[in-house]
Amino acid sequence: MKEVKVYSRPSIWIDGVHTHYCPGCGHGIMHRILCEVLEELDIADETIGIAPVGCAAMMYNYLDLDFIESPHGRAPAIATGLKRANPDRTVFTYQGDGDLASIGMAEIIHAANRGEKITVIFINNAIYGMTGGQMAPTTMPDQVTTTSVKGRDPEKCGYPVRICELLSALRTPAYIARVSLADPHYIRKAKEVLAKALKCQMDGKGFSLVEVLSNCPTNWKMSPVEAFRWQEETMIPYYPLGVYKDFQQRMGEE
Amino acid sequence: MARVLMKGNEVIAEAALKAGCRYFFGYPITPQSGIPEYMSVHLPERGGCFLQAESELAAINMVMGCAASGKQVMTSSSGPGISLMSEGFSFLAACEVPAVIVDVMRGGPGLGSLLSTQGDYFQVTCGGGHGDYHLMVLAPATLQEAVDMIQSAWDLAFRYRNPVMVLADAFMAQTMESVEIPEREADLGDVSSWALGKRPERGGKRSVLKSICLNTSQMEELNRRLQAKYRIMQKEAAAETVEMGNARLAIAAFGTPGRISETAVRKLRDKGYRVGLIRPKTLYPFPVQVFSELPDSVRYILSVEMNSGQMVRDIRAVAGKGIQVNHMGHAGCTIPSSGEIASRCMEILDEMGGAEP
Repeated sequence: MKEVKVYSRPSIWIDGVHTHYCPGCGHGIMHRILCEVLEELDIADETIGIAPVGCAAMMYNYLDLDFIESPHGRAPAIATGLKRANPDRTVFTYQGDGDLASIGMAEIIHAANRGEKITVIFINNAIYGMTGGQMAPTTMPDQVTTTSVKGRDPEKCGYPVRICELLSALRTPAYIARVSLADPHYIRKAKEVLAKALKCQMDGKGFSLVEVLSNCPTNWKMSPVEAFRWQEETMIPYYPLGVYKDFQQRMGEE
Repeated sequence: MARVLMKGNEVIAEAALKAGCRYFFGYPITPQSGIPEYMSVHLPERGGCFLQAESELAAINMVMGCAASGKQVMTSSSGPGISLMSEGFSFLAACEVPAVIVDVMRGGPGLGSLLSTQGDYFQVTCGGGHGDYHLMVLAPATLQEAVDMIQSAWDLAFRYRNPVMVLADAFMAQTMESVEIPEREADLGDVSSWALGKRPERGGKRSVLKSICLNTSQMEELNRRLQAKYRIMQKEAAAETVEMGNARLAIAAFGTPGRISETAVRKLRDKGYRVGLIRPKTLYPFPVQVFSELPDSVRYILSVEMNSGQMVRDIRAVAGKGIQVNHMGHAGCTIPSSGEIASRCMEILDEMGGAEP
């Protein structure tokens, strides 16, 4: 009987390393998708990653790519400097919700509005992971965190920030989409969307961002299975999945 | 070479362009806005990239991204903007990314004033941001010296893989002077061993520029490496001395007051007063040797600064025993005149007594 290999580690994944991520966390899945897409587009050697402050700060320990670490929230500015000086390189930032939607709000809005030809991978798990489960700008109403122990009160803290909707209000960005990692079907879709975002950059179309709804079972105080269910039932209705902006449709839009 | 009459901000920008700087990221703030304005016109003409950032915070991080790929990049700002950039200085120093920053000092603290001071001395010589690091700090006193320092700043930044600060002030930035600005190619060395985006040049080996050190031995190692580098950097320390032979009183002053003090020294020497000048040209590394190896005749050092007394602390730390060290200056953005400095020197020398003036 002929053996057919149906599964192997992407070549970008550094041999023999295991991630420090918690069971049920989405970072591992998203890292893998990123590796697969870079490999399929055959651009690993020319790709530069910008690691955030957050749980993924050390993602360069897993992905064999050129990398620079960013101060908290400033990754889109670093990406801007890198890409402006190296227009033939593919530049991506990988940022969490505290990093991108709180401390780095100015940097992301302006990078998007300038149409920087970069790709932003935005992991939204509705909480601060690395610092131990504090409230994020994307924390859901009534969600309990260590700085909202009675649940997020929209009267005092406002409603969660919807980044895709916010950035889609700008005219310049080329491609903005929201995906989820809550089941295999969504994961396949997430990979397609990420490939499209990177292609958008490679083709010089402009700024692309993929918001990825993800889990943080540890800080949500749930089992991985409960976390997937919670994401599906609580987050996805508030953060609708889909393509918010697509350069291919832009001609009709304007 | 032709001399040109130009305003300080434009001199700084043109000197950078003639030294090969092709990237500038900045944000408007008085009194340095002439630099980004000049760059916005002349960088694209020379095939470079000018970008007005949304804040100084973004600007310094754009600088970091650009410099991380081994490119010759600059930014400029003033007081409040330098405070915002200080987060980035710490990361540049920790990741050992070379870049050039110009601080055109204005009055402070807070929003302060748009006029000239030297209130940022502590901030820039001690690093400005968090952690154990230093910028290299160059302090020109004239626009011609600003040209020379700007043009050598990338050599130093790339030699040490460290951010270099050129410390100017509002007076310098707004003054017109005749200068020569040569074409001068900066010596960046070979950046391929570390610069991002050069993986093929490294034979496929990747580069990771990072500063997180979660285990204690890594943290210790990073700091040891940086401190060892700063010790080697000490050899770049430089100061100009004027009329120091047989001086009883030494004026110490950098930048604009350094230039004015030279006039005061010449006036006093003409009258027979034994006064000299030490003008630090680098503030970090501080020119320790010139202060610790003074002529035996020196009994007094007067640190003339446009602030409430900052460099005077560095001088006190290194001046020999038996030498009095005091500060003279104002922090309200008024520039001391040579007459005012000379009068204070004469008072001091009179108080010191002795047969000679």
